[in-house]
Amino acid sequence: MELLLLLPVLIPFTGGIILLALRNYYRAQLYGNTIISAISLVVAITLMVNIYSGGISSVQLGGWGAPFGITFVADLLSAVMVLITGIIGFTSSLFSLSTIDKDRVKYGYYPLIQFLLMGINGAFLTGDIFNLYVWFEVMLISSFVLLALGGTREQLEGAIKYVTLNLLSSAIFLAAIGILYGLAGTLNMADLSVKISGMENTGMISVVAMLLFIAFGIKSAVFPLFFWLPASYHTPPAAVSAIFAGLLTKVGVYALFRVFTLIFTHDTGFTHTVLLFVAGFTMLSGVLGAAAQNDFRRILSFHIVSQIGYMIMGLALFSPLALAGGIFYIIHHIIVKTNLFFISGYVNRIKGSYKLKKLGGVYKVYPWLGFLFLIPALSLAGIPPLSGFWAKFSVAKAGLELGSYTIVGVSLFVGLLTLFSMTKIWNEVFWKNAPQDSAPDAAPEKKEQFFILAPVIILAVITVTIGLFSEPFFQFSIKAAGELLDNTGYINSVLGGSL
Amino acid sequence: MILLLTLLIGVLYAAGIYMILRRSLVKILLGLLFLGHAANLLIFTVGKITKGVPAFASDDLSKLTEPFADPLPQALILTAIVIGFGVQAFAIVLFKRAYQTVDSDDIDKLKTTDSLSRS
Repeated sequence: MELLLLLPVLIPFTGGIILLALRNYYRAQLYGNTIISAISLVVAITLMVNIYSGGISSVQLGGWGAPFGITFVADLLSAVMVLITGIIGFTSSLFSLSTIDKDRVKYGYYPLIQFLLMGINGAFLTGDIFNLYVWFEVMLISSFVLLALGGTREQLEGAIKYVTLNLLSSAIFLAAIGILYGLAGTLNMADLSVKISGMENTGMISVVAMLLFIAFGIKSAVFPLFFWLPASYHTPPAAVSAIFAGLLTKVGVYALFRVFTLIFTHDTGFTHTVLLFVAGFTMLSGVLGAAAQNDFRRILSFHIVSQIGYMIMGLALFSPLALAGGIFYIIHHIIVKTNLFFISGYVNRIKGSYKLKKLGGVYKVYPWLGFLFLIPALSLAGIPPLSGFWAKFSVAKAGLELGSYTIVGVSLFVGLLTLFSMTKIWNEVFWKNAPQDSAPDAAPEKKEQFFILAPVIILAVITVTIGLFSEPFFQFSIKAAGELLDNTGYINSVLGGSL
Repeated sequence: MILLLTLLIGVLYAAGIYMILRRSLVKILLGLLFLGHAANLLIFTVGKITKGVPAFASDDLSKLTEPFADPLPQALILTAIVIGFGVQAFAIVLFKRAYQTVDSDDIDKLKTTDSLSRS
């Protein structure tokens, strides 16, 4: 059990090093990365099964008991995030096989992907807030390089915006950790939860909470801190932007869920009201930004921002149903958003462009691709019976139960505008005739096509499954939300008999 | 000593924030460096500076008596410095590459990824 908690970090780590050593062997990179990602997925499934049946488990590293050693904890939320990371890691490694060029592979594309996944898994599993900072940095430095790899002007400009704002966020995060340590004298999150609940100086704690909110807010792209995202996510190859779109911002959202349920619950009237306002503006500004765009991936990028708003709304309402809805939303969103980026990559592979003006007529030649696009697109907009409907429904229902009618109204309006954006992509890319001067389609070969389509189909099947059989997934989210709201289980698992 | 450090941190934060609001790439970079150092010093200061007292108990003592020094902030800063060093080194190279490609260090020229007409 102890090893199982560490394996999601250890496998990408050793895998990344092995791939780094084999950098000059092209085929070994492809096979190696696929095998490592598959192993990671199996481990993530095993971890999920174990945590689901055996409850929260934790492990202390370095021979020091909690709260002094470095703690790794897995509750249901952590486990499901690791599982989704496994799924996205595996599908995107399949997608990379035929879409990533040899030069990128030569300059270490696959080792970087593995180190990125290591950082993401570490952030999900750690129980120590300074350790969380370290995993964030591991993740960030890999993503910096992946974003800039290739060195075109667009990529470099996007990378500058991404790097600058994320470095700023790290500096704020670090300062918040420093102040928190000065206040509580501990960095273990379970221990922090205990110490802070008994503290009287709540004003200072609110300051730290807001500093952390800004730091995680930049990383999860909430209003008004999201401008780096639509400026950078459409510049790298589709496989890279799919991983980024699916996972990176959600690590920030996960961190917000963790600290605002475990540590900062001293003054929810203030902190969670701020979160609620931010959630509303995030939804609205994201979807309005998307309406103005004319590039396939830029529309999708703005929709990431808008969807983050729904998750934060689930956290801000802070009732069992709302939190469950938030968790359900994260699960649904990662799968759907990654899939949409995969499809944009496939369209780009055929047509050679992401610009709506240059695209068109895809439905005529590839009708099944249009169908595959509709599944995640309608799910994103929240059309029943797909997964997005249940996610939006539960968050909105929680809002109605608590009487927060404004935010529910905003969320429903945003859902409508999301449908508008998806219809726009449908019209421009699939429905309208191809422009006169467009180059002939570059249809991929059979084998190539298989590796591009397999991940799209896997994710589409998952979306449909979550939609049609939503009951077990929803029961799971409620259980995970219960663990977040009643954090004694988490605290007991970490601190155990040591206090 | 604490007063001096506090003032220094304030100056570093002020300078850092001023610098990241400038339009030149190099100045933004300097601003980010300042903010990183300010955060490191902040951890050092709020971790309570105690001079000339041991951080570890000798073998015959089972428990430390007041006053004692806390070694953890230093360990945290060391980690943060190493990470900051790596990330900042990467940022410097990236900014230089961008300068060579765009041929300007004015960030108002870096608009191709944001403008609607060219995207």
